[in-house]
Amino acid sequence: MSLQTQSSVYAGGFSNPPVAAAHAFRAAMNAMARPGQVQDISGATPPEGISVAAASLLLTLCDPETGVYLAPDVNSEALRGWLAFHTGAPISAAEQADFALGGWDALMPLDCFRTGTPEYPDRSATLIVEVPSFEAPNAVLSGPGIKDTARMQLPELAAFQNNAVLYPLGVDFFFTAGSQLAALPRSSQVAAEV
Amino acid sequence: MNDYNFAYLDEQTKRMIRRAILKGLAVPGYQVPFASREMPMPYGWGTGGVQVSAAALTPDDTLKVIDQGADDTTNAVSIRKFFEKTAGVETTEETEKASVIQTRHRIPEAELTEDQILVYQVPIPEPLRFLEPRETETRKMHALQEYGLMHVKLYEDISQHGAIATAYAYPVKVEGRYVMDPSPIPKFDNPKMEMAAIQLFGAGREQRIYAVPPYTQVVPLDFEDYPFEAGKADHACDLCGAEDSYLDEVILDDAGNRMFVCSDTDYCRSRREAGHSGRLGEEAA
Repeated sequence: MSLQTQSSVYAGGFSNPPVAAAHAFRAAMNAMARPGQVQDISGATPPEGISVAAASLLLTLCDPETGVYLAPDVNSEALRGWLAFHTGAPISAAEQADFALGGWDALMPLDCFRTGTPEYPDRSATLIVEVPSFEAPNAVLSGPGIKDTARMQLPELAAFQNNAVLYPLGVDFFFTAGSQLAALPRSSQVAAEV
Repeated sequence: MNDYNFAYLDEQTKRMIRRAILKGLAVPGYQVPFASREMPMPYGWGTGGVQVSAAALTPDDTLKVIDQGADDTTNAVSIRKFFEKTAGVETTEETEKASVIQTRHRIPEAELTEDQILVYQVPIPEPLRFLEPRETETRKMHALQEYGLMHVKLYEDISQHGAIATAYAYPVKVEGRYVMDPSPIPKFDNPKMEMAAIQLFGAGREQRIYAVPPYTQVVPLDFEDYPFEAGKADHACDLCGAEDSYLDEVILDDAGNRMFVCSDTDYCRSRREAGHSGRLGEEAA
């Protein structure tokens, strides 16, 4: 490992972890409680290749107890080193992952992730999907956390509709772009924008 | 500043609780197990609510704590001081000014907004526990949506008392899927649970966290011919004259005199400050 990658591995964590993590979690919680609503999240300075939002989520939620799957498009030595130093989270296969990170196409197929069991639907994966932006809504959401309907940009619709059919099983999604995130829990009904 | 980590808990514990909160929000009404920690207060004093609050608080928050609606009871004062000391957050008694409200057994009378979070202290999170003591069985019943037993219990209420006699901790169905214990709030508060704020529930001794996102459907269980009724004492508040608030009955002397007062002390105070007065309002002031 060269000196430069080493220093970037050790840099970029939360400057004041208890406070930065508290703010980042509030953004994540608001996002998960209000599907489709975009929240600001920051604090982490990630290695090249992932967004500030995704890195802040990883620092807030991952530790040695959570397996993280890195999709091929983000799986780099720099990110693995950064994640290991700042969170201690083990890298795992998609089938055992608690969290998964990557672009939408790289994370596929969706059915390899854990969806929980009927007795314990919480034992399921949370996917952190890197997206280009939130600016072109193509889906209409309804369900818990949404007053009437919410609009959101999704990489596709069918996969999320199939995921919602599994309810209360299923995986949950965060979408990250720059220093913003939005979420789509399994409880949301997804329809095409008319 | 002080010798505590922000909001008392260590970071790894907070991450574990935060992950449970997120899964709870994704599956509304489902009880997520979590590794509850020992807190510097006994079980039954809100250890679950305190842990959830500690994981959700940011330094910018303003915290309000109520116990049966009151800001000035031992439990509420202690928890408020606990977070003043360990998190350095602002505290308030005014519902409108709070961003996080931890509650024991009441929902404030004032309507909550999208910018607020309501954290419930929960003694027994499992609504089926007194009907089926085995956790393995109640897990299965939730998985299979096998809630017949709860309806039998409500039916037995009707056959014995002529009405559904359950007055608090009245079971609800969340988003048409999970039957949930709303914690021992009076059933008067059940209709308020479809609200704009995020609702988080923490049970410390029982090691469960669950959640209800804003605008989630929360329906009290009932029967077509015995519909749910949100009841309260048929009086007005003797201090502020409110006819729409939940009331406590207070015995005044040995001669049978009694008064009814708002259980939500902030609501009652703000009404009196606005000039409202009840039967005994003048003397008490």
